[in-house]
Amino acid sequence: MTKVLMYGNSAIGEAAIRAGCQCYFGYPITPQNELTEYMAAHLGRRKGCSFVQAESEIAAINMVYGASATGVRVMTSSSSPGISLKQEGISYIAACQLPAVIVNMSRGGPGLGSIIAAQSDYFQATRGGGHGDYRTIVLAPASVQELADLTHRAFDLTDKYRVPVLILGDGMLGQMMEPVEFKHTAPSTPPVRSDALRGAKGRSSKIVKTFTSKPTELEEINWSLFRRYQLIKSNETIFETFMAKDAQMMVVAFGISARIAKGAIKSVRANGLKVGMIRPISLWPFPYEKIKQMAEKIKNFLVFEMNMGQMVEDVQLAVEGSADVSFYGRPGGVIPTPSEFARVISRNYFQKGLKIAK
Amino acid sequence: MKKVYARPKVLKKAVFHYCPGCGHSIIHRLVAELVDEMDIQDNVIGVPPPGCSVFAYNYLDVDMLESAHGRGAAVATGIKRANPDVLVFTYQGDGDLAAIGTAETIHAANRGEKITAIFVNNAVYGMTGGQMAPTTLLGMKTTTSPFGRDETTEGAPIKISEMLALVKGAVYIERTAVNSPSNIKKTKKALRKAFQAQIDNLGYSLVEILAPCPTNWKMSVLDSWKWVDEVMAKEFPLGVIKDTTGL
Repeated sequence: MTKVLMYGNSAIGEAAIRAGCQCYFGYPITPQNELTEYMAAHLGRRKGCSFVQAESEIAAINMVYGASATGVRVMTSSSSPGISLKQEGISYIAACQLPAVIVNMSRGGPGLGSIIAAQSDYFQATRGGGHGDYRTIVLAPASVQELADLTHRAFDLTDKYRVPVLILGDGMLGQMMEPVEFKHTAPSTPPVRSDALRGAKGRSSKIVKTFTSKPTELEEINWSLFRRYQLIKSNETIFETFMAKDAQMMVVAFGISARIAKGAIKSVRANGLKVGMIRPISLWPFPYEKIKQMAEKIKNFLVFEMNMGQMVEDVQLAVEGSADVSFYGRPGGVIPTPSEFARVISRNYFQKGLKIAK
Repeated sequence: MKKVYARPKVLKKAVFHYCPGCGHSIIHRLVAELVDEMDIQDNVIGVPPPGCSVFAYNYLDVDMLESAHGRGAAVATGIKRANPDVLVFTYQGDGDLAAIGTAETIHAANRGEKITAIFVNNAVYGMTGGQMAPTTLLGMKTTTSPFGRDETTEGAPIKISEMLALVKGAVYIERTAVNSPSNIKKTKKALRKAFQAQIDNLGYSLVEILAPCPTNWKMSVLDSWKWVDEVMAKEFPLGVIKDTTGL
């Protein structure tokens, strides 16, 4: 396999096609346009495949809903304000237990915000996002390679659990170029799920719906969803640890801010500060257990996000008061540098009275 | 003896929840008859969005995918793009198609999506209890236009079918009614043509059906049927609005 140099946004598109994605529906919004453009150029003319530039994000997600019901692999993408519009459809997709992959290359908010990378959609992404009791699996890549790998994984996960999967990237990941290797080749015939709604051929007719006039029926649907969410929590929690072995302070960061944090940690390590990192890759399910376990020994956590402090609440939940949790964030699309964050780590480290390695 | 009447195979053996005199049950039956006659039961997907007819799946024995309010045309687009061999129809009310779903409807038509909209216009929001619809007539009292619809503040009834006729991808648009035997026959003929336009891959087709809602109009069934002719059809004239199918 050879590596190719690609934009993060384009790499998602290529990985999706190789995962057998048959339909893509999108609407232009910066900073994810390269993905929509990639699908227009590379998916639309493939045999049996379809690309539609929809009239809105709302229409696009509802096209996803329709196509998914017919059993094909389907994807949409957008950025923060557009993802807000998609929440209606995501709720219906979750309710009908249909697979779908939704990409959010997030930008600064609230409102129209900025078009520069930010991580301020963490709450929206990890709490379901739309109305009703539901969750989506949320994957947070930190490199172009990981965008490609997790896109493929997202299609497998959404088919396996019939829960929508959200890929939460950001404008920086989407618009930077890095070498990437694709580990799969596109199937000659895209897969079709056996439970698909494709006309009542050789079976009785089927209904896919969310509305019910019976609260007890809806309660049972909610219970069945949450039993599946339990299963996902135990099977699909993924994270990476970095220089964690002897660490007295753990940085917690996801996505692009974890890339920045790695640079910072390397430089403070060179000065003898015992600092490591845990990077949640699945933001939902969140690695609560792993962090709780770490907090038995490590008493200082420093959460670093490109927002005003959202994942920090999950870290606080995870340590259950048994460790100190600090936060450093830059919102609005300001990208902190590794040296800036290294200074933050050092200050925090010494304020806590931690000692440097001899 | 010649059999002149039978339950359509596609009509499930269920009791309609619709009010007495409602147009939906007639239209459901017409759809069922057509699916039978065209022999397409195993190759149809219906899309019922919220409204009184969200329960259409309880009556029509074909695959059905419920849609969010107003999103029927987008959902149908997704189904059809992923599965072009299936006949896809939406079954939408006036609030659904002509208010919250206007954008989805116009753009699906403009793309020439090979789908059929069965658009039931009864001039009110029925399921929610008779609020003003985009098609409510001027002066008509509803729960949210208690003094009668006023053009200066609420606008005039919107003629979405005429608007859609301007859109190139829409190939067949007709307005019918279900308030008399002859109108019911014309409605069935229009629906057949709309389905045929889709089967022949010609583009977007829509049949707007003026349907009585005696409950929310606060009229007797007979009065509501008369009102369709005497008032509604004056504002929304019956007939073919656009036909470029050559069928």
